[in-house]
Amino acid sequence: MTWTQYLAPLLKGAQVTVMISLASITFGVILAFAAGIARMSSNRFVSGLAFVYIALFRGTPLLVQLFWFYYALPLIGISFDPITTGIMTLSLLTGAFGAEVVRGALLAVPNTQLEAARALNFSKRYTLWHISMPQAIIEMMPPFGNLAIQNLKDTALVSLISIADLTFQAQSMRNITLDSATVYTLTLVGYFIIALCLMLIVRFIEMKLRRGPAFPRGAHT
Amino acid sequence: MMYGYAWDTTTPLTFAISILPILGIGLLVTLKAAAVGYAIALVFGLVLALLRRSKIKIVAWTVAGFTEFVRDTPLLVQLFFLYYVLPDFGIVLPAFMTGALALGLQYSAYTSEVYRGGIDAVPRGQWEAATALNLSRLHTYRNIVVPQMIPRIVPALGNYLVSMLKETPVLSVVTVLDMLGLANMIGERTFEYLVPLSMVGLIFLPMTLICSALIYAVERALPKTGIPLR
Amino acid sequence: MNPIIRFQNVTKRFGALTVLDNFNFEVQRGEKVTLIGPSGSGKSTVLRILMTLEPFQDGLLETDGISYHEPNGRGPFKASEKHLHKIRCNVGMVFQSFNLFPHMTVLRNVVEAPVAVLKMKREEAESRATELLRMVGLSDKKDHFPSQLSGGQQQRVAIARALAMRPRVLLFDEPTSALDPQLVGEVLGVIRDLASEHDLTMLLVTHEMRFAREVSDRVCFFDKGRIVEQGEPERFFSNPQQPRTREFLSSILGEQEPIRESISCAR
Repeated sequence: MTWTQYLAPLLKGAQVTVMISLASITFGVILAFAAGIARMSSNRFVSGLAFVYIALFRGTPLLVQLFWFYYALPLIGISFDPITTGIMTLSLLTGAFGAEVVRGALLAVPNTQLEAARALNFSKRYTLWHISMPQAIIEMMPPFGNLAIQNLKDTALVSLISIADLTFQAQSMRNITLDSATVYTLTLVGYFIIALCLMLIVRFIEMKLRRGPAFPRGAHT
Repeated sequence: MMYGYAWDTTTPLTFAISILPILGIGLLVTLKAAAVGYAIALVFGLVLALLRRSKIKIVAWTVAGFTEFVRDTPLLVQLFFLYYVLPDFGIVLPAFMTGALALGLQYSAYTSEVYRGGIDAVPRGQWEAATALNLSRLHTYRNIVVPQMIPRIVPALGNYLVSMLKETPVLSVVTVLDMLGLANMIGERTFEYLVPLSMVGLIFLPMTLICSALIYAVERALPKTGIPLR
Repeated sequence: MNPIIRFQNVTKRFGALTVLDNFNFEVQRGEKVTLIGPSGSGKSTVLRILMTLEPFQDGLLETDGISYHEPNGRGPFKASEKHLHKIRCNVGMVFQSFNLFPHMTVLRNVVEAPVAVLKMKREEAESRATELLRMVGLSDKKDHFPSQLSGGQQQRVAIARALAMRPRVLLFDEPTSALDPQLVGEVLGVIRDLASEHDLTMLLVTHEMRFAREVSDRVCFFDKGRIVEQGEPERFFSNPQQPRTREFLSSILGEQEPIRESISCAR
């Protein structure tokens, strides 16, 4: 077997990796906004709930979370298939880290903007969505980009709950061929290429958001 | 029964208490792996950061590419790489050392960025003043640059220590018997995963929360000697 | 006639620091009042309290007959958002740093609040906004973003934005302090027009003494949270009674005259 023959199974695995990563980034971002905004709520119960969620998922290892959902939950009668478990866990983790990004960016909107909104008699909800959020969302893009890369790297762990992702395929190829160096080098390069694509996507979104004269580059650093 | 400690599965609570000493042994392995890995990351990251400032362009670019590559690929695959490939080159390390090496390698890519940011944050005028005073390069680094970058880099380095701590369970995949490895083993023997896995999470949670709080306290206590910390 | 603004024994503290101490102050409908004084004397705090940006600890305050205390006794500290909303319907503010919304065009900045808060139809709001922008001399800039405007232009947009809410009381918090000297004139020009054309109550915190003399019906000198001296501008500037006022005026006028000269040279 030459190294070109490794490519087909690795590509199949890469597809699974990309799918899991994109799905969990999408759900994670939604969770991040929900939890980040909830965290800033004046309702103690809502913000407390968000705090517990964020602390729990930020404070424990992903692998423990993954095994917990995969091995432990079924013992109390709740079970999902591996793919769902993987996407769910990664989404929850990305959401918890993303919530801090959302919160930080919203807190970074200058107080003078909030005062102006108050002087014009906007409601709190209106101020959040029409004044703070459009300014904050641009500041969220670079940290969200880092989270996306982190998420991609974290997907490798789903191979440990029997999902046939890129890492899983690499493991089976190695077991068949024992050609560790080639297989793992190809795998690492594969992840690197996917990471570069993710970075390009995030840059593209940021550029779209920043387009036009409202936010000249560097004006908001 | 493991390490001489028997477990008692009559109720979840007795089970949890009875496996606590076993997990304690695993915790020591976890902490040791993080300590060794972190030491490697601190030193090797500094080497990478300094090489990246090299005047020889090829060296700087290679190091930049290497750092980016390590940063953007999964720890687990890097771990497999070291675990299976190093022996092919005649380097046989115990699993624990391979694991700590993988952790250190991945995080050196992060710490090198922190060092680099810290060095870059020292204003140009400081370097120029040091040159004007005819200070040696070593003296400039030791007495001008490092004291000014410390308040900037310590919190970031601390945060990476917490992240690394949370990634150590990955080492259980290559047979290292850390906390998670032992919890899985208990699970396999008792068919009861809920309690051991929950315990591992519950032990990690206060550790990381306390570490984060400590870093925050250090960050606030450090003198910010005149550098804009943005 | 009832005064439109009435402070009665208002006390405002920031921690241990008392900014306003048993403060009493009344403004009549349509009156233009200038507040002057050294920084930290409490003059901006008066505006910020009126705009509900700051709570106060003691005393009574009302604008246009609406008390800052709710009828059920909840003080300005804890008045409900609904009650504060009612108060703010009568009051508008122009900030030192303009505080335009950077992600909205000039026109959107002016239209946003009338549509979202007053529930005005968008077309109607836009035609009024266009009218207001013409008044401040910026009808050609309505599709620009704030970052594309000079400070003076931004402040003129901010004035149009505040006027679009039809406030009865308009507060100006050092509207020209953040501007380059050559841009101060265009903003003062707009405020001057406003002072003559509108039946609007205006409170103005400023360091522009000549301007204060021109536009205001009354000048109040603040020091340490109290009004030390007040009166008609002519009498106030030509014949100040209190030594503290004289000291302040001579220090600030001494500073300003040379600046004025350099501007005229530049022209």
